[in-house]
Amino acid sequence: MKDIAIQVKGLHKSYKQLPVLKGVDFEVEKGSIFALLGSNGAGKTTIVKILTTLLKHDDGVATVGGFDVASKPDHVRQSISLTGQFAAVDEILTGRENLILIAKLRHLKNPRQVADDMLKRFGLTDAADRKASTYSGGMRRRLDIALSLVGNPQIIFLDEPTTGLDPEARIEVWKTVKELADGGTTIFLTTQYLDEAEQLADRIAILHEGRIIANGTLSELKKLFPQAKVEYVEKQPSLEEIFLAIVGKKEAM
Amino acid sequence: METVKNHFFSDMGVMLGRSMRQIFRSMDTIITVCITPIAMMLLFVYVFGGAIQTGTDNYVNYLLPGILLIAIASGISYTAYRLFMDKQRGIIERFHSMPIARSAVLWGHVLTSVVSNVISLVVIILVALAMGFRSSAGVLPWLAVAGILLLFTLALTWVAAIAGLSGKTVEGASAFSYPLIFLPFISSAFVPTDSMPKVVRAFADNQPVTSIVESIRALLSDQPVGNEIWIALAWCVGIMLVAYFFAMRAYKRKAA
Repeated sequence: MKDIAIQVKGLHKSYKQLPVLKGVDFEVEKGSIFALLGSNGAGKTTIVKILTTLLKHDDGVATVGGFDVASKPDHVRQSISLTGQFAAVDEILTGRENLILIAKLRHLKNPRQVADDMLKRFGLTDAADRKASTYSGGMRRRLDIALSLVGNPQIIFLDEPTTGLDPEARIEVWKTVKELADGGTTIFLTTQYLDEAEQLADRIAILHEGRIIANGTLSELKKLFPQAKVEYVEKQPSLEEIFLAIVGKKEAM
Repeated sequence: METVKNHFFSDMGVMLGRSMRQIFRSMDTIITVCITPIAMMLLFVYVFGGAIQTGTDNYVNYLLPGILLIAIASGISYTAYRLFMDKQRGIIERFHSMPIARSAVLWGHVLTSVVSNVISLVVIILVALAMGFRSSAGVLPWLAVAGILLLFTLALTWVAAIAGLSGKTVEGASAFSYPLIFLPFISSAFVPTDSMPKVVRAFADNQPVTSIVESIRALLSDQPVGNEIWIALAWCVGIMLVAYFFAMRAYKRKAA
């Protein structure tokens, strides 16, 4: 039997009269990266909010880390961490203070040490004592993800983690996510970028008009389409590749 | 682990530490909540004061209660601002998805509001002392004054919480405090209401600031407070209960 980290069955949610989720089903295996793909307004964030106990659903069942989100929200919160769409860092505090704050709220033994470790791990040691408001978008996102990892939660929710980031910062985030998954953390990720899902996810689900219309590994999803024809096309570098080559980042591919 | 341990007080303490740090790091907060009321006090005492007839020989004594209320009203607008920013940036959501006592987030802001207002009031009173403010009141009347100011702060803090939690823009979330700051001007805080036109006087005599100011003034000068203090307390408690109800509703809706 495989281990299930997140299980969702027949999830419904309406805002006033407007139905957003009309029966969503999926499972996320422990230690895997699951990408929820959908256009803007498809309801991705609504699902994240329900699974992270921020929003109550109308109907259906959702369990996270083995606990029902509706009846055992306190237990769910013990095992999860949320990185929302906007970097939720305190801009007046320094990077280090932000980390210490979260470590204290998680009642960890040695908040300073935890903060130091995280700063080192995310390459923020030099910027540790600067206010977060002076950070670049990529650094802010890194700090944001570092905050989510304080206390080593088993399941991480990343809601559009690379929206608004430049290509370099995006690749940095991807690297972090892969490392996390290698370490055994379950990652639930929403994105509207197809390449992001393709790069990272073990499984991809497509949310459209309130339902999951496709769910599988990348190769399974590819099989849904007619056999690819072999064509010979001159390979042109994409603008992203050109950009990354010029700014000297070799880890692009 | 069947039950999740509740760390309400330690969590709230961490929240308090965080927002106090924010306050001491933002110059404009300190200027608005401390320096502006002091400047106003200087202006009224040394510029307008000579021309104002209050029937007392010490205008600082007359003025101080109103200045304290203005300081509280401008102080709580920052509570609304901080709450709004936390909501806007997703910080409340981050906290709410963590295993902490949820109410600690809101109460942390409320406690910060009280602590920061106490600090600014103490600073203003010290400046007033340097400007010649004297009180013949003993410990008990001073405690009563502290109690009224605390109630007033709490009442307005909950009003600020409604604005901070339900405001759509940062301007909207903090603009509600302007009428509150203005209210002392149409009261007996700066001049006796006798000289005002009938309609204005009727408003001034029956709005909360006048009864609060009159009570504090009477307590500080060791005069009998009469009915005024009960009216003042009724206003504070009434505003606090109504505002608490609506603030909690707005908070639950956000955290639903």
